[in-house]
Amino acid sequence: MEFGLSNEQQLLESSLRRFLEGELSIERLRKVAGIGTGFDAALWEGLVGQGIVGFLVPEHFGGTGLALLDAAVVAESLGYHVTPLPFLASVVMAPLTLMSFGSEAQQAEWLPKIASGEVKMSMAFVDGAGQTGCNSAWLKGNMLSGHLTGVLDAGAASHVLVLLTDGRAALVDAHDTGVTVDVHASIDRTRPISSYAFSGAKAIILDAAADAHEAATRVIDAGRLVLAADTLGAAQFMFDRALDYSKERVQFDRAIGSFQAVKHTIADLATMLEPCRALVWYAAYAQDALPEEARIMALHAKAHVSEVGREVARLTTELHGGMGFTDLLGLHYWFKRIAFDRQILGAPEYCRREAAKVQGWLVA
Amino acid sequence: MDLSYGPRYLALREEVRDFIKQYGDQSPRTGGGRKRPDKRALDWQRLLLQRGYFARTIPKEYGGFGLPLDVMELAIIADEFSTAGVSAGIMNQGISMLVPTLLEVGSREQCAKWIGPTIRGEVIWCQGYSEPGSGSDLAAVKTHAYVDDGRFVINGQKIWTSSAHFADMMFLLCRTDADKGKHGGLSYLLIPMSAEGIEVRPLITMTGRAEFNETFLTNVRVPIDQTVMQRGDGWHVANVTSKYERLLLGDPNKLAHRLARVIELMRRTSLIGVPTIEIPEYRDRLLKLQGEVLASKFHGLRLLSEQSRDEESGVRRLIVKLNGTMIAYRLSSLAVDVLGAAGLSYEPKGEALEDDEATTWQIDNMYDIGLIIGGGSSNIQKNIIGERGLGLPREPTANTKSAQKV
Repeated sequence: MEFGLSNEQQLLESSLRRFLEGELSIERLRKVAGIGTGFDAALWEGLVGQGIVGFLVPEHFGGTGLALLDAAVVAESLGYHVTPLPFLASVVMAPLTLMSFGSEAQQAEWLPKIASGEVKMSMAFVDGAGQTGCNSAWLKGNMLSGHLTGVLDAGAASHVLVLLTDGRAALVDAHDTGVTVDVHASIDRTRPISSYAFSGAKAIILDAAADAHEAATRVIDAGRLVLAADTLGAAQFMFDRALDYSKERVQFDRAIGSFQAVKHTIADLATMLEPCRALVWYAAYAQDALPEEARIMALHAKAHVSEVGREVARLTTELHGGMGFTDLLGLHYWFKRIAFDRQILGAPEYCRREAAKVQGWLVA
Repeated sequence: MDLSYGPRYLALREEVRDFIKQYGDQSPRTGGGRKRPDKRALDWQRLLLQRGYFARTIPKEYGGFGLPLDVMELAIIADEFSTAGVSAGIMNQGISMLVPTLLEVGSREQCAKWIGPTIRGEVIWCQGYSEPGSGSDLAAVKTHAYVDDGRFVINGQKIWTSSAHFADMMFLLCRTDADKGKHGGLSYLLIPMSAEGIEVRPLITMTGRAEFNETFLTNVRVPIDQTVMQRGDGWHVANVTSKYERLLLGDPNKLAHRLARVIELMRRTSLIGVPTIEIPEYRDRLLKLQGEVLASKFHGLRLLSEQSRDEESGVRRLIVKLNGTMIAYRLSSLAVDVLGAAGLSYEPKGEALEDDEATTWQIDNMYDIGLIIGGGSSNIQKNIIGERGLGLPREPTANTKSAQKV
């Protein structure tokens, strides 16, 4: 047994961290945040260059055929650097959707384009993802109509994938005349939250899933898992900065980290945060290798890491004193990233409710 | 990450299952260390030792099973016993703290003499660390010993000595050289509780029972070779022991077992005719705790894996006690809450109280407070995590310049 990351995964992590550290300065981040599409073309090209964009796509479709544990490793690094990229929808959820809902021919057509970074997909759900808005979408022949909110990664998307309630998925060109995209700035300026209006948009229908409900759940749970990993990374960054700051910042002739009030807060944060990593790893591994545990683990990972993330975000901001509240330090980008991750694809209460259903503690 | 079971592991799992099926009904009801193991517990222990389900990695010459450490094997064995609700063997301070300490820093003779009887449950140990004036500041112990005619002569007082009233031996931290500084003058001695000059007085706690004792030592004489490592190495040895104590006190396997008991309780108890597990307010608390228990469980697996690769776990290891004892307390608090007024009945009736579920939860809940405090209280754990684990500066002591300014 080996509970931990492989050498390859550690290499993947360190090379990605090096790349992001070099590319993504706070000034660059501010600039991208100012644009508000959650997209930076040069960073995207860098991610393509690192082989990450297609890493869940099977090798025979031009990807590297890696697993969700690899995605979790990448997501943690992206969260650590509040990376403004359409990773969740385009790199993780879209290929998984195509792999379950698409025919062999559809997979052969679209997966290589995802792997090469040529197309960027957003994801929309009519339900099942803990939505709080009023969503509806329907197909008439191959024409899609409806209105969907809470759409992920629409800022620079060339296509949108919609999971419908009838067990099918629809792939639509985001620039089709029947599509209106409304990209809103979200609290997390590195990732917008958008809505789509469809009026008879031309759709490619994906209906090859053996068990559509199960497939949709798997796609959404994979997204939850990636969000947990992203939160973990962002929270770890905030923790690391607070730890450094408490060693450097002097008040009353002492580094503030020598005060027990500060020291104990930091110890509490480490105690909350560190076990989250093992939970995320295991939950990701379960997605790859333990199907009977995959669902409950994804739900618990999302719920638990979101709760811890919120505490870490608040307390590390407080530990920086007034500076934590300023734009000068930019800590708020991480704070908001954690807040965004928490609400998307089901807030903790929703995820725990689902976890109760899975265990038969609540009649569905 | 590879949590797959190879054929060897699957075979072990089958073997353990068969064993439990065949012999499980001989298991004692509890393996806890709150009283001396009875004959049933000792027989069960012997059986587990013979099969290598207990002390699996302890060398044969010391009474163990002598296999190399394989964390997967240990996880499978622990998992099967806890799933079956069968005792995985005796757990007490001698087994969980002194034995690993001796294996790490004890002499061959000490290992040969003490490990066998201890793991068989025949020799019960208590821990002579804390004193009325030195709990958190362990290095401030005042119990002292001088050498006379080839023996240490010990005088002083210890407190919180759990099991002292039925223990055979004590591992004791005392001052053997007044002039070698606070940490340098300590020694770690193994002393028989039957020695002349030892008096044990029970200390009643908030649970209403005497889990702890005060122990008074007056001119207690023990041979010098009962020292672990050398005279003056006591602080180092005590820290080795504390490391194992912290792990014991946050044991994630115990948390998983307790969670299972709370789930079961919440299926059976009801409020206004609805099972408490179906009441959203209680259910959400349970689910939050389930998330915490899962995180701890996998964190524990990660530590085991690191241990098997001889990697340093640093802060990851240091957080286990703080985290585990708090989760345990919150689990028993939930159990007490769902019991409602029915759970208030609290009438210790000697041994019989073990049969009263509500009382047991109440006692556990209060005892959990003791575990948060014992083995280094939570506030001290936070200092250890901050300073040793994360490199934060120490609180200035009274004689530093900046403290004088204030």
